[in-house]
Amino acid sequence: MKNQTAKKPLLAALGLCALLLGQSALAVEIQSLRGENAIDETTEVPEVKRYNKDGQPLPRNYVLQPPLIPHKIDGYEVTIKHNKCLSCHSWKNYRRHHATKISQTHFQSRDGVVLANVSARRYFCLQCHVPQTNALPLVDNTFEPVESVSSW
Amino acid sequence: MAKRNIAIGTLLVGMVLGVIFWGGFNWAMELTNTEQFCISCHEMRDNVYAEYKGRIHDLNRTGVRATCPDCHVPKEWIYKIKRKIQASNELYHKVMGSIDTREKFEAKRLELARHVWKTMKETDSRECRNCHEYGSMDYMAQGRRARREHQEGLDAGKTCIDCHKGIAHQLPDMSEEDPSAVLAVKPE
Repeated sequence: MKNQTAKKPLLAALGLCALLLGQSALAVEIQSLRGENAIDETTEVPEVKRYNKDGQPLPRNYVLQPPLIPHKIDGYEVTIKHNKCLSCHSWKNYRRHHATKISQTHFQSRDGVVLANVSARRYFCLQCHVPQTNALPLVDNTFEPVESVSSW
Repeated sequence: MAKRNIAIGTLLVGMVLGVIFWGGFNWAMELTNTEQFCISCHEMRDNVYAEYKGRIHDLNRTGVRATCPDCHVPKEWIYKIKRKIQASNELYHKVMGSIDTREKFEAKRLELARHVWKTMKETDSRECRNCHEYGSMDYMAQGRRARREHQEGLDAGKTCIDCHKGIAHQLPDMSEEDPSAVLAVKPE
């Protein structure tokens, strides 16, 4: 009985040590993507990323992934008056420009009404479709798509 | 002898005056051929110039710029004079205030853009070709899409403006030009 009561502060002390050690270990392991710099220090300027050159369509990583843009889109505007992407990717234009045509799912309004043209909720292409740069992944990823539904 | 002197004197004075007037005329015309002159009116400064800023012909890797007159005024003298005479119509509309607000300008944008497209088409995009010469284009240095489109375009007898619309300024409402590249209108 006496022994047990003597052990309690010891255990508590050990526990505290472990906790402190663990915290310091965590502090080293976890760091924000901007690095270890203190907030008032000037960080090193990251390398400027370049958009990839025009290429073949890029493989999808998983089913229903919005296809990536395999070309530069500098200066392409999507406004209420005109959509530059659609000047090649619309059903009317895709053949002439050898482009991928826009999916017909994009013609449906949120109420399920099929419209004669691209619906407002799918009109802003860059919300889902993005061009690629020479940037490397910031975090490792071991994701693999289901084989039975992969086409690449 | 005196007659001959008068003749020579008149000739010399005529030559000097000719140089002064001709030079002065061309000098004045060139003054109207600068970006500064173009944006001295708010119609240009606040609309088309504001849109042009930051785009490829204003801001790019090498710092070569094409300013207003490079694209909108012909280089060759006779065509330049013709364009300058046409510009008197622009003075009339300046006085009338035809596009003195953003709203008025937007309302007229399609019509104005069509004027430029038509002219460019008729002249085979002459002003583009002052810098962009088809014969000097190295297709192999171009991207995959540009390489194909430029060769197909050349074969089909197309001119720059047929595809390159809205390069330096915003496009007007294009629903009449290409109904497939605009927002769907909700049915009533």
